[in-house]
Amino acid sequence: MNTKTFDTADPLVIAGKSYGSRLLTGTGKYKDFDETRRATQAAGADIVTLAIRRVNIGQDASQPNLLDALPPEEFTLLPNTAGCYNAVDAVRTCKLARELLDGHKLVKLEVLGDQRTLFPDVVETLKAAETLVADGFDVMVYTSDDPILAKRLEEIGCVAVMPLAAPIGSGLGIQNRYNLLEIIENAKVPIIVDAGVGTASDAAIAMELGCDGVLMNTAIAGAKDPVLMAHAMKLAIEAGRAAFKAGRIPRKRFASASSPIDGTIG
Amino acid sequence: MHITLNGSPRDCATATTVAQLLQDAGYGARRVAVEVNREIVPRSLHTSHELADGDQVEIVHAIGGG
Repeated sequence: MNTKTFDTADPLVIAGKSYGSRLLTGTGKYKDFDETRRATQAAGADIVTLAIRRVNIGQDASQPNLLDALPPEEFTLLPNTAGCYNAVDAVRTCKLARELLDGHKLVKLEVLGDQRTLFPDVVETLKAAETLVADGFDVMVYTSDDPILAKRLEEIGCVAVMPLAAPIGSGLGIQNRYNLLEIIENAKVPIIVDAGVGTASDAAIAMELGCDGVLMNTAIAGAKDPVLMAHAMKLAIEAGRAAFKAGRIPRKRFASASSPIDGTIG
Repeated sequence: MHITLNGSPRDCATATTVAQLLQDAGYGARRVAVEVNREIVPRSLHTSHELADGDQVEIVHAIGGG
């Protein structure tokens, strides 16, 4: 395990397993595996996503592998179904991932609708989720920020529901905090914002709303200094979580003095 | 015989096993998953599973992704 403080008092629990970090990170778009590893460590992430792809036949097979940089003994790997546009391909990808990772059950299901928006195809997502849950997978599901759909995915048996904050890779931040609030307040499984975060304050807002965690890739990997941004995101997640638990003051239109009025001179 | 490997045509000897194919392709010692005709071939069966003419074989691994 990483040499970091495990917050035993406030773990993120997914499918019965406790995680110290509420920041989940992707492993795409980095310069090399060294940068991937350094950023992942700076983020303090326990759960890291990866993609399943064909090997390049004919190229040097002895090249370093992602799993050398992020060994399964050290991190909880979360294989995704990125690039799948229908339920059949997504289920197939999850089965390949399970074989690749020796029976690993935890997967991130995402079924995309079109290449321009990368919005989820929620009809295919529901179909794939039902099949995967029936097949014994622990499904963390990427979805739109629709509260009714989020509830439906929970009822199917998904172990975490992961609504987008904004389109994948857009960096637009939390676009519909009231939908997210509605999803959070009705959920019995962890709600993790997946996609759309641009900078640390976006992650903090998600956590202040009461999200259980945030999953991000581009916001870290695409920063000028990915390792420093990973560190910033770690702090934002921790600050946002603490602020949520502390309970913020209500917003008011008029001022309220911080210092007592009694005893002023003159 | 002819098979399709990761979408490309490939010649291999009759009754080549999955393990032999992986070895020939340079992936004998790598962590990969194999599918033949859309069915997973578990690692424990790589040495016994013989490929047939026309088989569609996929070899996949883990790469960076979000």
